[in-house]
Amino acid sequence: MSTTEVPDLVPAGMTVTGPPRRSLVSRVVGRLGGFLATGAIVLLGVFWLTPVVGLAVASLRSTADNSATGWWTALTDPGRLTLDNYGALLRNEGVLNSLWNTVLITVPSTVLVVVLGSLAAYALAWIEFPGRDWLFVLIVALIVVPVQVAIIPDAKLFGSLGIYGSIAAVVAFHVAFGLPFAIFLLRNFFLAIPRDLLEAARMDGGRDFTIFRRVVLPIGWPAIASLTIFQFLWVWNDLLVALVFATSDNAPITYTLREQMRAFSSNVDVIGPGAFLSMLVPLVVFFAFQRYFVQGVLAGSVK
Amino acid sequence: MAEVALAEIGKRYADGTRAVESLSLQVADGEFLVLVGPSGCGKSTALRMIAGLEDISEGTLHIGDRVVNSVPSRDRDVAMVFQSYALYPHLDVFDNIGFGLRLRGMRRDDIASRVNRVAATLGLTEHLRRRPGSLSGGQRQRVAMGRAMVREPAVYLMDEPLSNLDAKLRVQMRAEIARITRRTGVTTIYVTHDQTEAMTLGDRVAVMRKGVLQQVAVPQELYDNPVNMFVGGFIGSPPMNLVEGVFTEQDGELSLRLGDQTLRVDPALAAAKPGLRACLDQPVVVGVRPEDLRDASMDDRGAQTVLNSEADLTEALGSDLYVHFSLPVPAVVTEDVKELARDAGADSPRERADRTMLVARFSPRSAARAGDRIAVAVDTARLHVFDRDSGRSIR
Ligand SMILES: Nc1ncnc2c1ncn2[C@@H]1O[C@H](COP(=O)(O)OP(=O)(O)OP(=O)(O)O)[C@@H](O)[C@H]1O
Ligand SMILES: [Mg+2]
Repeated sequence: MSTTEVPDLVPAGMTVTGPPRRSLVSRVVGRLGGFLATGAIVLLGVFWLTPVVGLAVASLRSTADNSATGWWTALTDPGRLTLDNYGALLRNEGVLNSLWNTVLITVPSTVLVVVLGSLAAYALAWIEFPGRDWLFVLIVALIVVPVQVAIIPDAKLFGSLGIYGSIAAVVAFHVAFGLPFAIFLLRNFFLAIPRDLLEAARMDGGRDFTIFRRVVLPIGWPAIASLTIFQFLWVWNDLLVALVFATSDNAPITYTLREQMRAFSSNVDVIGPGAFLSMLVPLVVFFAFQRYFVQGVLAGSVK
Repeated sequence: MAEVALAEIGKRYADGTRAVESLSLQVADGEFLVLVGPSGCGKSTALRMIAGLEDISEGTLHIGDRVVNSVPSRDRDVAMVFQSYALYPHLDVFDNIGFGLRLRGMRRDDIASRVNRVAATLGLTEHLRRRPGSLSGGQRQRVAMGRAMVREPAVYLMDEPLSNLDAKLRVQMRAEIARITRRTGVTTIYVTHDQTEAMTLGDRVAVMRKGVLQQVAVPQELYDNPVNMFVGGFIGSPPMNLVEGVFTEQDGELSLRLGDQTLRVDPALAAAKPGLRACLDQPVVVGVRPEDLRDASMDDRGAQTVLNSEADLTEALGSDLYVHFSLPVPAVVTEDVKELARDAGADSPRERADRTMLVARFSPRSAARAGDRIAVAVDTARLHVFDRDSGRSIR
């Protein structure tokens, strides 16, 4: 019997390999690794989400139910859930006021840090002036100063300025503590922008502020978005600074909710929905900005 | 449109580096001047001083009839094309090109008509709404050109605008740049370290070395009459062969001794270079361009101008046959030669041993092959002669 050899139609220099053949053991290990990783992530998710879900469920139960049984019992009897707590909360002026205070504190603290921080970062990255590098080192050094160390001197300072206890005092403190890191982060990011790009803008007729606004800001947007989220979350969730610098009229929600804690029981009907509401806002902010965490914004600009 | 005049311009960087030394240059209105030289010779620094991106340490810079030493870039009426293109990544092609006009507060429809006109010239019309990230290298290069053109400046400054393109595209864009600058008649200063670009584009070419201007001339003059060994070796590809030799005179006739061989020298050389008679009987550096070395077996020139050797290597290019051979003459090793070799990325083959490597450009019909005995006819009327110590041309 004659067989005709069919030549392989493969370009020279290429060897044909089938799908990678792996031993049973390595496949089992691979699978197992995949399962383990997935399992770990799920576990972590459950671990983090349980208190949040618990809080959400508790906020939907009546005071009596909450003191009688744990929140998980509601899962088998969802008919007893009610929005009453939220209704009560929205009629509670103290809580509403403090939610509003939180906004009044957080928005300027975030905006000021982002605006001042990015301007300073641009100057430190791209404008030459004597002592620039030393100034930057000094600012970076300020990052390591712990909040606790500054509280008492700042309280005295604000006292003598007559703003102690006001929202302005809380904002001032947050801005002062947010700026060093903001400048550090943004300056390094701005410095990574190719010099040619700024020089091109300069040749195109831009002055520093125009270059900042039209070239550096759009390109630095991912860093600015990250910074905005972090600063926003940090200020929104802050309790320590508020406890020290705000009077109860100017207190943010964290402060007010804490006052609802008692020695032996707590007002779950206020804390639950209050805490849940105060969590929603940062979530919205996070999702609004997270789509800007894109890589490769510089694609195609140079080379 | 304007003329640009540099008078004894110098640049000292903050760290003490002297990048440019007393550079004087006149670029006429509408002229295309190429600044060329090996890496690090200060070309970019010179250009950036003209652009206003770098402070001028010494000297005065005129653009038009103004001294612009302390005028900011935006008021100098110059546009620059960067080697990296420096396109704004967040803007589309239209906005990249129109950016400068917007910053200058031009009306929107004026901007649109100008941008569209430039885009049409450059073949970018269908890409106007794309971002630089999705363009090919050649298209990016065009956008960078368009950004300069749309402003209709008095002077174009270009810093190695083609060096990021592949060879084919580079030739194509080179022609396009020549076409555009010729048509617009805008004064152009063009930096490159590619001597082919320099020769093909420049109305005049300025050769720099270590911050010092060596020679400014029209390309052919630079090629035919380099002022020194450096310029001679830098301009031309393959580069000029440099060999040590001695001229002698007998009965009013010059001859050249290269190692153990002697060539009769065409009287035209002595006539063109009267200075030659002052350095007879002493070693000089002789420069021979590859095309002045031909296959003697295909040439009817007298046998007295023939060098005998053996071909080490031949390279057939289709149009030419490059023949590498060596002569038993100690290699010329000077600062110039070393720098030229460094620039060519070679570890100075001429420095090797006591033989000098040469390249001849034979006709492609030549039968010479590696290992063959060859007879190389030398066009002695076209020799270049340099002082061995100073490197200066002897004329
Ligand atoms: N900002 C700077 N500070 C100090 N020295 C510099 C600076 N910029 C350039 N130099 C030095 O000045 C010299 C000339 O640099 P320049 O960039 O002008 O060279 P070039 O001719 O453009 O070279 P290339 O062909 O590599 O672009 C080099 O020695 C370089 O190291
Ligand atoms: Mg350069």
